[in-house]
Amino acid sequence: MADGIVVRGLNAWFGDVHVLHDIGITMAPKAVTALIGPSGCGKSTFIRCLNRMHEVVPGARVAGTVIVEGEDVYASGIDPVQVRRRIGMVFQKPNPFPTMSVFDNVVAGLRLAGVRERAVLHEAAERALRHAALWDEVKDRLNKPGSGLSGGQQQRLCIARALAVEPEVLLMDEPCSALDPIATAKIEELILELRSTLTIVIVTHNMQQAARVSEATGFFLLGELIEFGVTRALFTNPHDKRTEDYITGRFG
Amino acid sequence: MTPRVRRVINVIMSWLAAIAAGLVVLPLLLIFGFLLWQGASAVNVDFFTHLPKPVGEVGGGMANAIVGSLILIALAAALGLPLGILGGLYLAESRDRRLPWVARFLADVLNGVPSIVIGIFAYTVLVLPMRRFSALAGAFALAVIMLPIVVRTSEELVRLVPASLREAALALGIPEWKVLLRVVLPTARAGIITGVMVAIARVAGETAPLLFTAFGNRFWHQGLDQPIAALPLQIFAYAIAPYDDWHRQAWAGALVLIGLVFLVSLAARVATSGRFTGVR
Repeated sequence: MADGIVVRGLNAWFGDVHVLHDIGITMAPKAVTALIGPSGCGKSTFIRCLNRMHEVVPGARVAGTVIVEGEDVYASGIDPVQVRRRIGMVFQKPNPFPTMSVFDNVVAGLRLAGVRERAVLHEAAERALRHAALWDEVKDRLNKPGSGLSGGQQQRLCIARALAVEPEVLLMDEPCSALDPIATAKIEELILELRSTLTIVIVTHNMQQAARVSEATGFFLLGELIEFGVTRALFTNPHDKRTEDYITGRFG
Repeated sequence: MTPRVRRVINVIMSWLAAIAAGLVVLPLLLIFGFLLWQGASAVNVDFFTHLPKPVGEVGGGMANAIVGSLILIALAAALGLPLGILGGLYLAESRDRRLPWVARFLADVLNGVPSIVIGIFAYTVLVLPMRRFSALAGAFALAVIMLPIVVRTSEELVRLVPASLREAALALGIPEWKVLLRVVLPTARAGIITGVMVAIARVAGETAPLLFTAFGNRFWHQGLDQPIAALPLQIFAYAIAPYDDWHRQAWAGALVLIGLVFLVSLAARVATSGRFTGVR
């Protein structure tokens, strides 16, 4: 299969610490894959390996194969900058650029890639903000600081910023863990809308969230992928004892 | 400890802290007040528009020294600031450990080198080969003095920029050098400007390194390869001269120098203030 994300034999290290062991997984295109597991199990590290952000940390190392929408992102001669343009990322805490307005935040990726024409930027900004369900709330304050928005709005601003460069994949690293339930509901709604156009991978601590938004779910424990399958099946009928213990709250 | 004792101690400590804060700003207020008292009477239109009068004649001004100081500061900033800010960025961002450590240590040592030694250095590398005192040599000496201040404050401020912003920018597919120049530096801008202002204020008053580099001049600016007047030099020359009129002008010069530093700081703040500030 050429589309989606195919990972084979992925290992990752921080210095001498081996944090991911031989991960193999195939994530369907234009669908939502959720990754669950206790803190420190390697799920964040895993998605950071998908867009080559893991190697940004000093001393971090990766080995293995990651094929995103048909392209091996760790092949020699592949520029990590180009990989990251195709794979957007949203982080745990909203991180709009504090020196930029709402508008400048959304078009930051385009502008820093050299797009100058105002009309193009405006069109992209509106499209991305509508996509992120934020347009109606900010259309009158595009020139106000991005950091002046509420936490939930800031996170949608970050999603809009990631969408503006039109990625094929969107990685979300616990995007709702700093948000209240109402803002969380909005982001989840957004994820369900976006999945028709994007391949989404979401890391979450919230198992209900994984159940609500994803088609497939993977369970990580101590740097290993314990179980991966259709979300409903994984939650109602897990094959592995450890998965069952985790989702029933017996540890983690 | 009874509540009464606690309250008494609280009052005493609050007062001690307030007094300490007052003592910190007292020297500045005293200096400024003294300068006003001694120098204000000699500050007039002539002072800002006329050249110094020959010895024995009363009147004249320090217009050439004011212009000269501005030229020296601008030139020193043009030489020192880009180097200092980019150097600080490197020290903060480099993944290498040894070279930044050495550079940081040397910058701190350079910061402690007496300014007259830096003047001798500029004299050796510029004045001697060029066979003349020059504005260039003076500005070079001032730039060397600015460098460690700018490098270290830039480094500290760049370090304060949250890693999450760098990650956000990198994850958008922006090359690292653009992330640094367009996201990290602007976020640290307000704080870096403060450091730059400290550096400019410091060199604006430097006299020793100018003595045998810029040398001073009683005429208008003659070109960057010629000796140039500067306020601190003029103040120094006038203060040690035996004429009362010159003493008054030296006081006035000191007052104008402080005002100049104040105005430059203010102008730089206004001119470079963005709509939104990052870390300060």
